[in-house]
Amino acid sequence: MIKFVLMVNRQGQTRLSRYYQPVELGKRAALEADVVRGCLYRKKEECSFVEYKDFKLVYRHYASLYIVVGITESENELSVYELVHNFVEVLDKYFSRVVSPIMFNMDKVHIILDEMIQNGHVVETNHSRILAPLSALDTLAHS
Amino acid sequence: MSDVVERTLTALPSLLSSDPSPGRPSSTSKLGTLIRGITELTSKHDEEKLIQRELVSIKEQVSSPNTTMRQMKELMVRAVYCEMLGYEASFSYIHAIKLAQQGTALDKRVGYLAVSLFLNESHELLLLLVNTVLKDLQSTNLIEVCMALTVVGQVFPKDMIPAILPMVEEKLNHPKEIIRRKAVLALYKFYLIAPNQVQHIHSKFRKALCDKDPGVMSASLHIYLEMVTEKPESYKDLVVSFVTILKQVVGGKLPIDFNYHSVPAPWLQIQLLRILSLLGKNDRSTSEMMYEVLDESLRRAEMNHNITYAILFECVKTIYTIHPKAELLEKAAKCIGNFVLSPKINLKYLGLKALTYVVQQDANLALQHQMTIIECLDHADLIIKRETLELLFRITNGQNVKVIVEKLLEFLRHSKDDYVTIDLGGKVTELAEKYAPDNSWFIRTMNTVFLLVGDQMQPDIPNSFLRLLSEGFESAEEDQQLRLLAVDSYVSLLQEQPARLPQRFLQVISWVLGEYSSVKEGLEPATVLRLLAPLLDLRHCSSETKSWVLAAMTKLSAGPACLSVAQELAERHGGSLDTTLRQRLHELQHLASDGELLRRVLPCSDGLEPLEVDSTLSFLDGFVSEALAAGAAPYKPPHQRQEELAQEKALSVEPYGLSLPLSLSSSSIAGRLSPTVLSMSSGLSGNSTELSPKGGSALRLEGVTRVWGKEGYLAKAALKPEEAAKTEVPCPLSVLQEGGSAPRTPVVSLPAPAPGPSLQAEREKQQLASCLFMGLGSQGAAGPCLMGKAEPTRHGFRKKVKGQGSSSGARGPSGDSASSSPSPLSAQSAMDNLLCSSPLDSGSTPSPADSAPSPADSAPSPADSATSPADPAPHLPHDLPANNRPCDAQEDLTEDTDTSETVVEGNSVAVVDPYDPEPLCLSPHLPEELCGLPRSEIRPLCRDASLVLSACCVRTDHSSLLVVFVSNASDSAARRFALQMTSGDLEVSRVRGGPEEEEEHVEGHSVAVYQYSLVPTRPSVHMELAGRASYQRPDGEPQSTPFSYGLSLPDFIRPLSVSTEEYGRLWLASSNDIKQNLALLSQEPDPLRATLHRLRDRLQLNVVDIIASEGIVACQLLQGPPCLMHCRLNAGCLAVWLRSSLPELPDCLLYHCQRALAQH
Repeated sequence: MIKFVLMVNRQGQTRLSRYYQPVELGKRAALEADVVRGCLYRKKEECSFVEYKDFKLVYRHYASLYIVVGITESENELSVYELVHNFVEVLDKYFSRVVSPIMFNMDKVHIILDEMIQNGHVVETNHSRILAPLSALDTLAHS
Repeated sequence: MSDVVERTLTALPSLLSSDPSPGRPSSTSKLGTLIRGITELTSKHDEEKLIQRELVSIKEQVSSPNTTMRQMKELMVRAVYCEMLGYEASFSYIHAIKLAQQGTALDKRVGYLAVSLFLNESHELLLLLVNTVLKDLQSTNLIEVCMALTVVGQVFPKDMIPAILPMVEEKLNHPKEIIRRKAVLALYKFYLIAPNQVQHIHSKFRKALCDKDPGVMSASLHIYLEMVTEKPESYKDLVVSFVTILKQVVGGKLPIDFNYHSVPAPWLQIQLLRILSLLGKNDRSTSEMMYEVLDESLRRAEMNHNITYAILFECVKTIYTIHPKAELLEKAAKCIGNFVLSPKINLKYLGLKALTYVVQQDANLALQHQMTIIECLDHADLIIKRETLELLFRITNGQNVKVIVEKLLEFLRHSKDDYVTIDLGGKVTELAEKYAPDNSWFIRTMNTVFLLVGDQMQPDIPNSFLRLLSEGFESAEEDQQLRLLAVDSYVSLLQEQPARLPQRFLQVISWVLGEYSSVKEGLEPATVLRLLAPLLDLRHCSSETKSWVLAAMTKLSAGPACLSVAQELAERHGGSLDTTLRQRLHELQHLASDGELLRRVLPCSDGLEPLEVDSTLSFLDGFVSEALAAGAAPYKPPHQRQEELAQEKALSVEPYGLSLPLSLSSSSIAGRLSPTVLSMSSGLSGNSTELSPKGGSALRLEGVTRVWGKEGYLAKAALKPEEAAKTEVPCPLSVLQEGGSAPRTPVVSLPAPAPGPSLQAEREKQQLASCLFMGLGSQGAAGPCLMGKAEPTRHGFRKKVKGQGSSSGARGPSGDSASSSPSPLSAQSAMDNLLCSSPLDSGSTPSPADSAPSPADSAPSPADSATSPADPAPHLPHDLPANNRPCDAQEDLTEDTDTSETVVEGNSVAVVDPYDPEPLCLSPHLPEELCGLPRSEIRPLCRDASLVLSACCVRTDHSSLLVVFVSNASDSAARRFALQMTSGDLEVSRVRGGPEEEEEHVEGHSVAVYQYSLVPTRPSVHMELAGRASYQRPDGEPQSTPFSYGLSLPDFIRPLSVSTEEYGRLWLASSNDIKQNLALLSQEPDPLRATLHRLRDRLQLNVVDIIASEGIVACQLLQGPPCLMHCRLNAGCLAVWLRSSLPELPDCLLYHCQRALAQH
């Protein structure tokens, strides 16, 4: 299962985090710093999966943004790797109309993520279905 | 990844860029400003200042009444951002709930979002959300329903599930797919946090599985994966459905928008494959149903895209998990081959992972890819290298162990990650113990492990290593050789550079030299002493290690040469501030000068007679109680002190969260006990070494499985370090006396052993391969270790299982109970006889109230012995509520019968004292099916001119029955007899016959029996039942007699049989707790066991497990929730900690525990 999803910029600052297993607030910063260290400085030709303590990290790099997902040993790394890409595609689809950077709309990114992953499991991957609730809210706001 | 996608994403970077882009006008969003501000900062300190300022301003605005919901939303997003960076924003939690409640559309959604990010399941504020959720679930606005269901699926208070469950269930029939889907996901959440609550709707899950919408169907698979994992055999009938669904998905029957890069619903496929693998495991016929669809999945997934590889990987795993089919295995193997050989690094990794998984069944596959594996072993990417080592670890056998261990050690030498170091250290040790080809290799390898892993090592590694040395194997010759080799290598290590040796290693060395240096011919004890002495001067040498060193020296100190060393040491370190050190020095000096005493204190015996040691130190009880009487504070072991300290700080300390599973594993049995041991050896005089719990369960690790198995000991290693600190002392101390020192002879200095096997062949990959894969595959007689084939190697360094202290003891309670208590049935019938005959003995017994509770009474009447606590099993313990006086008084079936007879005969008194003794022998009237069940004594309820009412409480497994006997001693029938009973604490219902009001007749000189089932509505210490018996006298005069009957909680307590794991889960699930110290039955030889068994016998509790000084006990309220009890010996008391989901239950039960232990 998925333990957490992190979005981190190139400087290692967290832009978004969602934990699916409780982690104390005080321990998150240290964990995130560790995770960033584990992923950010890897070379492009190196493996996208990293072992970290008793779980694994799957990361993907888009422009100045890294998306890192913590998963348990039993999870399928490659499927999570592609899930990240699916997530990015959905973001792309939704925010293509938006002018300001995506991270300034953190709430909506969260809403999209919540549609895709719940309790550490992939619950929806169909783009239009993921975006349906959010689009409905937007329509409501504009009408 | 396909190139097409890459291209479509080229536009993305600019969008995702969160850094301010130069040409673009700055966003007006306040979050944007905040994010920019933070991005520009360089120091952590500046960040903190900025965020604190931000939080202050948010706090001001949220509490202002003029803030609109739109603004509130903006503020919440910022608060979430601050908290995400690690700065608590708890003031905003309540506002997030308010926003969810009062906002509309997106504002409301953000309110819910903030709640789900801020609060965890157990947060009390979450209760405030329940009403909002309820309201939104009823809303006509689908978007609001959707939001409510989303948040329910993320975070919801467990206790409030019943409040919304019906509404969520209702949504399963909603016409909109998204609502149905979200409802299923909400139920999935309920299943995760409270499986019992949704047990009744399993049929609805099936309906969801068959939903016409693929989204709803796939949502239901989450629940099924969970349920199938837990209990695969219950869902075998669904295999056809899962197979059909997978077939349709693979066949492209889903709408096109479920595709991801033209692959149909890949994550859904993966989910289905996981479920199938669970269902097909070890089940041939079920597996056969899957072969076709698995074959098709393999065939279809041929497109060159990551996601198809992800599916293939899952497919391969499934094929290797279920009952094998040659054809499929072949294809899967080919698939793995493609992965391993792929130039794409991610695929290579996956291939290695698959290979690691698969070699357990097919070692040949590793053989096929040996050259690739060799290449991976030298791969630049450490992750790949590490995965390869994991694979090698699995294929190790007696023939390739040397090469593989060398590879592991090589990685270990360069590892900078503590976690990896500890993990690999454990693995090397495991392999060395299992497959060591010879003694000298074993010693060399272990030396390297001790050196490389150092003090972060798992504490059980040195422990088991020393045990191995001391207990040996089947051949005494081998044992001596092993010890000799160890002594040799340690002597040379000490001669070289002792300063760089880790503490753990120094301790091991000291112990071995102290114990076995005599094995080496010509090694003078004084020489060893001189080697050990400099260790005391080392600056980094901990005082604990020094104790080990001195203990070793003391064992060796015979003869004048030693005395001089001892005196030298005493002079040099006599002024040390460390009292333990000084104490040991004194002992050393004293024993060195008195050979006779030394032989007596540390007798030389080569026999390995395990010593019987009183690990509970019960012989000190007198001393302790004197000290306590003199006002000393009760002793608390360090771990408890820590615990209490932690509790004071209000940290969440869940003893069963982490430590329970640990405390049940072998290593931690030692770990849990050791603090006591440690404090003992440091707190008492040096002689306490001899008291160490050789016989105590803590250190008996034999016969206990090792911590790490196929998966390595991953999870636990992270938790070890603190335990490591605790477990150090016990082992060697425990063996201190085991082997004595035999003849002592002069020294020969020895050449240092080579640090590792030289691997000339290393350069030649081919040769390496042949080494690595030796013994693999069909030609090798020795299969890889995990295949479970017989091992041809000489040594299984751990095959010897001697003794069985803790493990068997800990698992024993059920057996104990079976043997120790008499069968309730036979005892019951015996009691019946006794009760019946009791009137004959009347008068012969003095006051029964006095004699009854004393089991030791020299001349007990039959009735007394039946009611004495000596055989409590068939009895219901009755504790004296005020109205229970009949119970006490009634222990006197023996009392003279004259009075009552007069009453009956006299036929004059209307209502006599209801507490008068009961003369009649009623037990034969007990309904047949209730005979033999445990019950209370029959005691009188009330009587009048013609009728006598008596009652007893009978306990069956699933109910408590009140049996009322109506004896009509008169000649005429009591007409229209009726009983009415009510109780505030109990639900009373008539068991047999018609409604309660039904009128019946009780004929003259007969006994009518009525049964009522009692169910407690809420637990309470004592429960009272008020009733009224009414009937018509022969003359037609209506007659009515009130009565009352007292019951106590134990009448409604049933043992709860759970496994220790379930107990741990239940413990965490129970919220109401209470702690108290109880009296201990300290006269018993094993006070803990005796006390718990007393509770078991008196209160029908189930003793789940007893480990060392702790025990866990479980029971259940009749038709109610469980109550768990954790007990620990503590300073002559039993520290108990009760938990239940019902607030009153622990309290009430505790009261009865106190009573049960107070009565002797």
